[in-house]
Amino acid sequence: MAIPAPDKSGPALPRGLRTQELTVNMGPQHPSTHGVLRVILTLDGEWVVEAQPDVGYLHRGFEKLGELRTFINGVPATDRWDYLSSMSNNLIYSQAVEELLELEVPERAQYIRVIVCELNRIASHLVFVGTFGLDVGATSPFLYCFRDREKILDLFEEICGVRLTYSYIYPGGVSADTPPSWLGKVDAFCDYLPPMIAEIDELLTGNEIFILRTRNIAIITAEQAINWALSGPMLRASGVKWDLRKERPYQVYDKFQFDIPVGKAGDCLDRYLVRVAEIHQSVKIIKQCLTGIPDGPTKAKLPKTLKPRAGELYTCLESPRGELGLYMVSDGSDTPWRMKIRGPSFINLAIVSEIMPGWKIADAVAILGSTDIVMGEVDR
Amino acid sequence: MDRGMLTLYVEPADVLETCRQLKSHPDLDFNYLICLSSIDRKEHLEVAYNLRSLNLKHEFCLRTKLSRNDPRVPSVTSLWKAANWHEREAFDLMGIVFEGHPDLRRILLPEDWEGYPLRKDYEYFPADVPDHQGPPDHLLLQLEGSQ
Repeated sequence: MAIPAPDKSGPALPRGLRTQELTVNMGPQHPSTHGVLRVILTLDGEWVVEAQPDVGYLHRGFEKLGELRTFINGVPATDRWDYLSSMSNNLIYSQAVEELLELEVPERAQYIRVIVCELNRIASHLVFVGTFGLDVGATSPFLYCFRDREKILDLFEEICGVRLTYSYIYPGGVSADTPPSWLGKVDAFCDYLPPMIAEIDELLTGNEIFILRTRNIAIITAEQAINWALSGPMLRASGVKWDLRKERPYQVYDKFQFDIPVGKAGDCLDRYLVRVAEIHQSVKIIKQCLTGIPDGPTKAKLPKTLKPRAGELYTCLESPRGELGLYMVSDGSDTPWRMKIRGPSFINLAIVSEIMPGWKIADAVAILGSTDIVMGEVDR
Repeated sequence: MDRGMLTLYVEPADVLETCRQLKSHPDLDFNYLICLSSIDRKEHLEVAYNLRSLNLKHEFCLRTKLSRNDPRVPSVTSLWKAANWHEREAFDLMGIVFEGHPDLRRILLPEDWEGYPLRKDYEYFPADVPDHQGPPDHLLLQLEGSQ
């Protein structure tokens, strides 16, 4: 991985003038840090010499909180981890509880779960595309992305009443069946979206400035990505074909045909392109769900208090940011004993201290944007 | 095997060598550290390493038991750089010291926080924090007619 060295070949400084490395705070309040993230940058002129992310500003103690809530009561808290893809959070918690209870979820519920999770993936990637463009200076695509995301949020509001923190997926199924004509609206949305994404993508990838600011910036090799345990689009952009929906299929993902977009170079542009390609694949999955969804119940029969057998397990799924995992320990009572949340943004952010040095400040913003972190998941 | 998760318990001192074997042996090839969790079982603490091999597609959980008074275990950051932040979090929230870690300091809580919140004996209603909300008494305006 070649880091371009700072260009010190200018004329020698006059005697008495000296340069110094400057420590600057890319503070918790910043338009481009995607939440409350503080990066302590040590700069040599405009070149970043050292970058230390300082996290914890949004730490709300969800792991401890999870120990205090029962297995059903704990679902609304899970929305707040990665608030841009709440359905995935609900799903991982429900999946962990269902695996502890060895519970079968009705098939209609599994299909609905896949539909809402993929819609959530599209919504989350739309936020990424819009804010990534905004970070590097392209202000138009942001509004188009949010316009299309509004349509998804309207669909979610119809199905569960909430726009952002859904609490829709519960252990045993989903909280309510789809309203009449909802599936038709999802189908219409899937027809509407691909040309819109193509147009938004054209606005960015057709722009030479965007390409210049993201091509060959912060290349992560496949070995590096695996060693740092990156996951999701960050791992796939570096050329590693690993997607949990194919490798460890959960819910009904093993019934669908879809591709895994993989990047070649592992730079910021590849991370962007992989996510845009994933939107198209999600549309494909939703279409297949809509043709195959069976009728039936949407909730399994559950006892009043859920008391799984004592034991522990690690379960994981592919959230828009990467591998979201939950290591849940149960001691036989009605609350979890320990709940360790493996947040993909937390892991993906760690590599920033290694890939950011050697680039300019302007690239620092592009690099942070391309990691697509949500601080709610980093800090939990 | 516990719910399909293959588990092995080792002594804390053997953790680094076992992990090195797990990573370098061609039949095992555990090159991906999924998750490093710290668990508080009432009598002792535990660290669980969830490992995966992306090439051979198998997973494994390595666990080690530590005492509550002085939980020390060697750090595995030399093998998987992903462990860096995981171990900082385990130190921050559970108080487990990872020997050989390049930069062991608190990550989620402020640097001057005392105590380890995820432990089962952590007091989260300390005596010196007042129950009621609102301004301190000497700043409270006394309104006529009220108490």
